[in-house]
Amino acid sequence: MTIDATTVQMIIQGIWETLFMVFGSSLIAYLIGLPLGILLVVTKKGGIHPIPWLNAVLGILINIFRSIPFIILLLMMIPVTRAIVGTTLGPGAVVPPLVAAAAPYIARVVESSLSEVDAGVIEAAKSMGASTWQIIWKVLLPETKPSLILGAALVITTIVGYSAMSGFVGGGGLGDIAIRYGYYRYQADMMIVTVIIMVIIVQLVQEIGNRLSRGTDKRIR
Amino acid sequence: MTDPIISIQHLRKEFTGTKVSVEALKDISIDIMPGEIFGIIGLSGAGKSTLVRCINFLEEPTSGDVFFDGKKMNSLTPKELRKVRQSMGMIFQQFQLLEQRTAIRNVTFPLEIQGMKPKDAMERARELLKIVELSDRENSYPSQLSGGQKQRVAIARALATNPKILLCDEATSALDPNTTKSILSLLKRLNKEMGITVVVITHEMAVISQICDRVAIIDGGLIAESGNVSDIFMAPKSRIGRKLILGDAVDEVHFESGRYYRISFDGRQSQEPVISNITLKAKTPINIMYAKTRDVNGTARGQMVIQLPDNPEKQKEILSYLKISDIPYEEVSEL
Repeated sequence: MTIDATTVQMIIQGIWETLFMVFGSSLIAYLIGLPLGILLVVTKKGGIHPIPWLNAVLGILINIFRSIPFIILLLMMIPVTRAIVGTTLGPGAVVPPLVAAAAPYIARVVESSLSEVDAGVIEAAKSMGASTWQIIWKVLLPETKPSLILGAALVITTIVGYSAMSGFVGGGGLGDIAIRYGYYRYQADMMIVTVIIMVIIVQLVQEIGNRLSRGTDKRIR
Repeated sequence: MTDPIISIQHLRKEFTGTKVSVEALKDISIDIMPGEIFGIIGLSGAGKSTLVRCINFLEEPTSGDVFFDGKKMNSLTPKELRKVRQSMGMIFQQFQLLEQRTAIRNVTFPLEIQGMKPKDAMERARELLKIVELSDRENSYPSQLSGGQKQRVAIARALATNPKILLCDEATSALDPNTTKSILSLLKRLNKEMGITVVVITHEMAVISQICDRVAIIDGGLIAESGNVSDIFMAPKSRIGRKLILGDAVDEVHFESGRYYRISFDGRQSQEPVISNITLKAKTPINIMYAKTRDVNGTARGQMVIQLPDNPEKQKEILSYLKISDIPYEEVSEL
């Protein structure tokens, strides 16, 4: 590998594309997954507002989406992607499948965070006359903020891994570079460089997540 | 006569599981009067926590009625129920504070629920923390407070909306004896100064004797007995009442043949050596089977079970001495 301006340029562009894919799709996926996760906790049996059938349907749908391998989901989503983004190439085109993979995952991560709230605390809020909405906004979400942040770090680092697979469908980003140069053209050093950059991204996201979570947690000190 | 603030009528609560159903409360009727401190005591599993949750409808009774301040709880819409709950404060064994909020913001929580302006809520919360003597800790998080301090925050929070009643579910069971005392005297003070009705759920007789005016003893989903605390302490009638008041002695002390009398002291006779006088008078030794003194609402109450000598003449002599000395006594066949 010759370290010339074009290579550097390409890698920098790959980093940006990866960050765009990861954070763009995480953001959209949270818009879907967070409400889903809340719904899972609230509607379950013994929850704040039990709706067992809705809970069962949601659970099954989420499990189905979660059991499809991402590489298959990438292909399955092509028609949807074309309809939404207008193209099936480039980083933008990877966002819909990433969202489809991440949203149900986020729903489960959020569900497990929110379930950490002690049933007694919810009961106390009820005894003060809190409504379901008030319990969600004033108890569930703020009380589990540190855990939700850690969950977000977990989600984002997982999506970094997913985004690398987009190279197979010409999606751009570091994964694309790794596959095109490293795999198809046998440029092992190119592959190593891109992989190292992704490792660094994952480390950074996790570290930031840990610090933010610890910083907001008032239970320990 | 004033109307009860809480009236529970033929309350029954059954928990239906997939396999078995448990009848936690069978038939409970209680009237709680405004301004009193009412105790509900029972062993664990007696159904007392379920009972208190039926008052603010955290648990919905299977049948029977609950009236609060004249309103029938069963007939309220969810919205009305939430409104009514704001006039009922509740505190818990495990405090149930919001861990991510400071002490003062825990107190403002019910006010936010009501839709009070943040500035007014903070002001009101500050007043309340002053009442529970915790002004200096308003910015502490629950994890930085001791158990007693947490319960004080919880009390301030429960009082924030100016409730008419305060429900205490084993509020002192997680606290050490000294802290328990200070929390109980705080509850008593709030009852006196604010006139708030207090319902105390506990398994500890000491809690009842320290602050309650009246008590209901529940066992197996039914009320075993109820009445004034001093009366029940002097002469518990039900087996569970005797067990709670007299302790393990109920199981350990067994009477042989002979006549046994329970004599009660209410503090007036403390100057008089009653038993010695009996012995001197009847010129015969008497056997003391059981004796205990305790503090009931600030006065020393004692009771003793004695075995009388077999001689009928001596028995008569002893009983007449008790009568003349104005000491309450009754024949008992078990402790």
